[in-house]
Amino acid sequence: MNAVIRRILSGVVVLWAAATAAYLALLAAPGTTVDTIVGDGADTPEIRARIVAEWGLDRPEIVQYVSYLGRVAHGDLGRSYLLQRPVSDVVGAQLGPTLRLAVAAAGLGIVLALVLALTTRRPWARRVSSSAELVLVSTPPFLIGIVLLSVFSFRLGWFPVSGDKGIAALVLPALTLALPVAGVLTQVLRDGLDRALDEPFAVTARSRGLGESAVLVRHALRHALLPAIALAGWLFGVLLGGAVIIESVFGRPGLGSVTLLAVTSKDMPVVLAVVVLSATVYVVLNTVADLAYLVVDPRLRRS
Amino acid sequence: MVVRPGVAVAGGFLAVAALAVVWPSVLAGDPLRADPLHVLQAPSAAHWFGTDQLGRDVLDRVVHGARHSLAIGTAATLLAVLAGVLVGVLAGLSHRYADEALSRGIDALSAFPLILLALLFIAIAGTGTTSLIIAIGVATMPHYARVVRAQTFVVRRAGYVTQAVAFGDSRARLVLRHVLPNVLGPVPVLAMIGLGEAVLVAAGLSFLGMGPQPPSPEWGAMLSDGRGYLRIAWWASVLPGLVVTLTVVSLTVVGRHWQRRFEGRAAR
Repeated sequence: MNAVIRRILSGVVVLWAAATAAYLALLAAPGTTVDTIVGDGADTPEIRARIVAEWGLDRPEIVQYVSYLGRVAHGDLGRSYLLQRPVSDVVGAQLGPTLRLAVAAAGLGIVLALVLALTTRRPWARRVSSSAELVLVSTPPFLIGIVLLSVFSFRLGWFPVSGDKGIAALVLPALTLALPVAGVLTQVLRDGLDRALDEPFAVTARSRGLGESAVLVRHALRHALLPAIALAGWLFGVLLGGAVIIESVFGRPGLGSVTLLAVTSKDMPVVLAVVVLSATVYVVLNTVADLAYLVVDPRLRRS
Repeated sequence: MVVRPGVAVAGGFLAVAALAVVWPSVLAGDPLRADPLHVLQAPSAAHWFGTDQLGRDVLDRVVHGARHSLAIGTAATLLAVLAGVLVGVLAGLSHRYADEALSRGIDALSAFPLILLALLFIAIAGTGTTSLIIAIGVATMPHYARVVRAQTFVVRRAGYVTQAVAFGDSRARLVLRHVLPNVLGPVPVLAMIGLGEAVLVAAGLSFLGMGPQPPSPEWGAMLSDGRGYLRIAWWASVLPGLVVTLTVVSLTVVGRHWQRRFEGRAAR
């Protein structure tokens, strides 16, 4: 129980530090904080007065900071003065397309990785697959997207070039995002399988007369999946970061295009919200993954 | 030690890339010379990589682009290594609470997805080469800091450190002479592989228009420019992209080779 509480507390501390880092970044910006928050949006005395009130800028610095933390903790992400809407509306409206893309890509990537890691056990297949993984991991995602677009949309005309209408428009972006993910996951899974097959339990299973593929799927795979759990946070970061680029390649709406627009027009409340939100999800995922370890592996509970 | 052919090819490619960074005019012509009569020409003997929408030679631009893309990646990695070693050694040598604070700070920094952290920085500091370098440097720093911190923990308990303390060495001498040289071991290998990632992220951010502004020939930006002509001229975007891939693959191959040798030596 102690370990669980310690893990959750440390997650909270990391979240607080992340929110603080984002706040410090805002303070470090050149010009007054009001200038930074207005960005390229409408700049009138009324709006300035509203920013001062909302962020508590007329009060001592420590109060400003505490009021910011309080707002973030309540899930109030402020207001976009460029779009004249609360940030939670702006982000919420675009969450759907990005979530669909991320879930499709994660599913595709995990399935691809499982199939590749389990089927390429022979030395030559493993060499071919390892080289392919290296190339996939080393290729900029936008190049994968452009090549897929060029072949399947322009030459073959199988999929729409851009947009977010129906399943067909989701295939190429999801595949683009899934390929690098599959590259990394396959490497991790293969290492895990190799290690598990050397364990005594694999020998025991073989001695009971189990076939090699049954040992692989029923015994080794479970062990190989363990280290993959730890990658949940990483996977989320890759999917979200990749979505920013891939939504731009395929002209899809979503969190990525909102973020890009906010960065280029210096719409700080939106940028901060996306950054703090993504850090929150990352920390929560990592904490859950660590707790899952405690559930799955009783040996860890003792320390 | 037998060098495998793949490693040799990768090393050769990196040597050419390094030459392109230092002295691009030896390898290629003017990257900005436009030729309105020969726009979007397919690859040929005269233009190996074809020409872009302004009739500029794509290969010339790729070669000159190395200075932007690779230099940004290298500078960012150097920054990340310097900051990471500093924070890592500091955390590794501090008392429990200071170490805990620094470690949670590193955790917080790595909670942001790399590209988003870089975008946050760019939103504040504006686009351009310097912004990219600092943004990527800060975003990749936690990785090095963690490794160096762990390494420092091992070294501070080593016999030679205890002996140096017993001999009454000053704190500064202890850190500079005994701790630092011994924690740096794995860093160059990590940096080599990290450089590949930094180049990828730099190209990605430039692709989004956050890097060097036109007409600078940066690899990611070239892809972004060429993408409007994808239907009629794939080479203007795909070939610069393949050069990025080749660079990152080479860096990883050489880095892993180096890592294997390093670990082999350490085991003996």
